[in-house]
Amino acid sequence: MARRAKRNVAIVATGQTDHRSKRPDVNIVEMIHEAVRRCLNDAQMSMEEIDGVVIGNMEHFEGIFATEMWSADSAGYLLKHGMKITTGGTTGTSLALAGYYHVASGLFDTVMTIGWEKQSEGETTAGLIFQADPLWERATMSGAIGSFAASATAYMNKYGITEEQAAKVAVKNRGNAFNNPHAHLKMELTVEQVLKSKMLAYPIKMLDMCPTSDGACAMIFASEERAKRVCTNPAWVIAGVTRHDQPFGGDLEMLADLRTLRSATEEAYKIAGIKDPLKDIDVAELYEPCTFAELSWYETAGFCGPGEGGKLIDSGVTYMDGELPVNPSGGVLSTNCIGATAMIRVAEAAIQVMDKGGKRQVPNVNRAIATGFGGSWWSDVMVLSKTP
Amino acid sequence: MSEKGGSLLLAEFNANFSFNYSAGRYASYFFKKLKEQKQIMGIRCSKCQRIFVPPRPACGFCFERNTEWVDLGDEGTLWGYTVVQFPFLDPLTGEERPIPYGYGFIELKGASTRLQHFVTASDLNKLKIGLRMKAVFREERKGSLADILYFQAIEE
Repeated sequence: MARRAKRNVAIVATGQTDHRSKRPDVNIVEMIHEAVRRCLNDAQMSMEEIDGVVIGNMEHFEGIFATEMWSADSAGYLLKHGMKITTGGTTGTSLALAGYYHVASGLFDTVMTIGWEKQSEGETTAGLIFQADPLWERATMSGAIGSFAASATAYMNKYGITEEQAAKVAVKNRGNAFNNPHAHLKMELTVEQVLKSKMLAYPIKMLDMCPTSDGACAMIFASEERAKRVCTNPAWVIAGVTRHDQPFGGDLEMLADLRTLRSATEEAYKIAGIKDPLKDIDVAELYEPCTFAELSWYETAGFCGPGEGGKLIDSGVTYMDGELPVNPSGGVLSTNCIGATAMIRVAEAAIQVMDKGGKRQVPNVNRAIATGFGGSWWSDVMVLSKTP
Repeated sequence: MSEKGGSLLLAEFNANFSFNYSAGRYASYFFKKLKEQKQIMGIRCSKCQRIFVPPRPACGFCFERNTEWVDLGDEGTLWGYTVVQFPFLDPLTGEERPIPYGYGFIELKGASTRLQHFVTASDLNKLKIGLRMKAVFREERKGSLADILYFQAIEE
């Protein structure tokens, strides 16, 4: 199963809007167009050089179910290959994987992927409840917050993880966000402030949870021949894996043992030859919708053993100056325009590999991973590298 | 073109429209048993013996068609829980859902999966992992998961 693509593929450019809680100054199509322009500028390419576009968002947030119809002209795929992909929280990584697979297949040489969300135009929690099964889950579940909270109590109970350890993730990521010009929430926080923020659903407090944002992200995937022509330092895609699981929240362990992430990282590491993730990976952009998720998924992604996520953050390993910085961009805790969120993880990982991170750049990045999370606890993983 | 947002319009869309979902064979049987006999039924995979609740047509692990119903009883253990206390719009009613409420995952005896439902105790602050929980049924049952009002902690 686990194998490298026969054709090398690289990410040659990224473009992001400056993410905000509300962008009333632009409509959806204008916001998408902004990210597309920035991406083309980053590549110094024109839309004519793009063979096809893959676009998506999480449709029930805005109630806009035909983004591919509305945006074909402004997103650059008029009378050209264009597809929509929408997989909930993982939409952004599904799009990135699709961009990779398109080019790896040999059918396309350059593909643009675009993820977007305008959270401010709809109801986020109501939208997430709509994602749940109408007979079994809608009456009781309360979107991401309640689901993470109920899993977090189980995670804390199983391993003795503390609210203080979780709070450190919020302090770290929102502090990192100051270095990212695109990030939505930039905050200088203390653990105390996180612990004292408003209780949403025990043990999740306001500052433990990601925000809702308006924003878009675009990327260009290119074949080796094309990549070398347009980019001096591209980010090569080494592995791209997706995993799905059973349908109901009660079937799964979101924290403590997210087996989709375990399975996806195991396969991706095998393909990439990663044996000791903590040492072999230089930076990680982990999709962390809440603080507890980042701690738990350190474990699941193999950065430490089961139950050691709290100790890992205590030791400072995942801070900017640690052995494996996690979320130099500020992560999902700082920016969450859902259809773009997972793609931003891939874009930020690519930016690190391409040495384009500016103030958020981690020194000497050879290998980066990005993850996506969504839906009924499914996961995507991509491994990027400086060399093909 | 103006670069400032002040004079830009916001269009509102408010509409009601309904959906009708087929419950399917498995859920229809489950809800019939719940309504008529207050039984919570799981379905067993004949190959790996996992018991699923909610019931479903196939075991995802073995891809066997599930056919064997099992009565799971009305008691279980609290695996994880929270007390939801933030206000949010409930898409089922179009209004804010009443808060606070206990929400949790219950491990019914023998089941390989957990059932999510409302959970409660004499005081919501007394909820904790590992508590024994018992289903409290609605008097007038209609054949939906709401026929179970909530799972109540069995306290000494």
